Amino acid sequence: MATQTISTAPAPGGGAQLKVRRRSPLAWARQHVLLVVTFLVFVFMLLPNAVILWMSFNSPEGKFNYTWNKFSLDAWKNPCSNSTMCHSIGLSLEIGVVATIIATILGTMIAFAMVRHRFKARSGINALLFLPMAAPEVVMGATLAALFFNTIGPGGMGFWTITIAHVMFCISYVVVTVKSRLAGMDPTLERAAQDLYATPAQTFMKVTLPLVAPGIGAAALLAFAISIDDYIITVFTAGNSETFPMYIFGSVQRAYPAQIDVIGSLMLLGTMAVIAVSQVLNQMRAARKK
Amino acid sequence: MTTLTEAPAPVEERAPDRKPRRNWTPWVLLLPGLLWLTVFFLVPILTSVSASVQTGDYDDGFKLTWHWANYHDAIADFGPQYYHSLVYSLLTTIVCLALAYPVAYFIAFKGGRWKTLLMALVIVPSFTSFLIRTIAWKTILADNGTVVHTLNSLHLLKITTALGWTVGNHVLASPAAVVCGMVYNFLPFTILPLYTSLEKIDPRLHEAGADLYCSAFTTWRRITLPLSMPGVIGGTLLTFIPAVGDYINAQLLGNPNTTVVGQRIEDLFLRQTNGYPVGSAMSVVMMVGTLVIVMTYIWRAGTEDLL
Repeated sequence: MATQTISTAPAPGGGAQLKVRRRSPLAWARQHVLLVVTFLVFVFMLLPNAVILWMSFNSPEGKFNYTWNKFSLDAWKNPCSNSTMCHSIGLSLEIGVVATIIATILGTMIAFAMVRHRFKARSGINALLFLPMAAPEVVMGATLAALFFNTIGPGGMGFWTITIAHVMFCISYVVVTVKSRLAGMDPTLERAAQDLYATPAQTFMKVTLPLVAPGIGAAALLAFAISIDDYIITVFTAGNSETFPMYIFGSVQRAYPAQIDVIGSLMLLGTMAVIAVSQVLNQMRAARKK
Repeated sequence: MTTLTEAPAPVEERAPDRKPRRNWTPWVLLLPGLLWLTVFFLVPILTSVSASVQTGDYDDGFKLTWHWANYHDAIADFGPQYYHSLVYSLLTTIVCLALAYPVAYFIAFKGGRWKTLLMALVIVPSFTSFLIRTIAWKTILADNGTVVHTLNSLHLLKITTALGWTVGNHVLASPAAVVCGMVYNFLPFTILPLYTSLEKIDPRLHEAGADLYCSAFTTWRRITLPLSMPGVIGGTLLTFIPAVGDYINAQLLGNPNTTVVGQRIEDLFLRQTNGYPVGSAMSVVMMVGTLVIVMTYIWRAGTEDLL
């Protein structure tokens, strides 16, 4: 009885218990079910990416690249044969970069104020920062559209109105990310720098900033990823401009070329390459330190 | 910008002469960002509350006439849309939780040295535009695809069609496809907070449960589940809130009978002439509705924690 109950306990630590667990078919089945469910969920999550990669090598029969016809490298050879698409990608990248820079600066300033200073109205400010993350996107988009309609009119909407909207919903994510890095930082390091006669400016540039930099970098990446992928708020604030997500959405009605799947694959392969390179660099750095 | 480094909060009493300066620094840092949020988030929300009781048209402008009938139009005409938004987002949240819990549990307690890789696999797909990934489901669930063939040969499609989940012999353009797309899109949002809170649990607690003759299920119910409740609440909220507002899945994978509130709001704002007051009223209804559901949920979850 005792061995049975021990063996059914999830995640026992040692190897001895692993042997006990194998003896009990019930426990093995339980572990197996967890493994199978996890595996199936991962298939569910990764399947679309596999399909995108697969379909990027398709030569579609009609206008829509939804069903497999025959193998072709055409889409990979001319990813920009559709100039509208590449224009929209350019616009999305521009908006992403500008919005990320503004949101990262503003958000980092707020994060410093929130972590390093005592002041009144803290809970009110927290609420103002939390709400944009909690409000339905369509509500933010629609209300912002109403504001822009009333002030500058539909004609004036485009690059800057989209950028303003993206900065608005990225700030909160930047604050959360930078705040967690700042809160986990050892404050004695800064005091040590000052004990060694560093000026406040020197302390900030040589101690604080390098320590917070990874957090700021992560926040900027997150902001960029959110901005470049946003559809709902963008469509409300875009006027006549067309970002890449808007182009994709429109393609469902017009024609869905294989080039979109090429871009989708490149986005995935690009990030995987960046992650792999940074992992290798980290390991090399760690090895050198030893 | 520089003064902040010399004043970490706890040492306030060390330099009383600098106090006035220190009090202004946070506001200098806060002001630009908060101003941005106020002008482009708070003010629009308040403006839309006013817009929701206006009448008029684009040529002559809209005037505040306290036209409460807009709310009647916004609610009475779009009953099915509110119903769909609510049912789809609730279903999505439940299915996401049911799928995410075992996955997060597996990675947290059985992941071993694969933990980081498995969590990376959860996040990596999101680097491809979510629209392209959602449209990929059109290929997966297509009529001549494997999924439909399998369901057909198992005669499951007849059952799901009888239940109203699918339409005829198709999976695409049906409520099932919409919920499938939503579950797919929001699953990482459920897994991440769940994993974070499960990962913090000391595995030795499981051994302690076993030592005290708890069955595996009792150990889970009495130890793991209560300790992972913050993750459950966080994950369900992070799933439910965007799911209510989502209309991409309904638009791309649904049919005219699966329209949700978001589609109607977009339609009223961007395509219908003079739809702007009723669209604003719908936004307000949706916002208040979401807020009430979320607050009730947090409140209920909070009291259950105390019991």
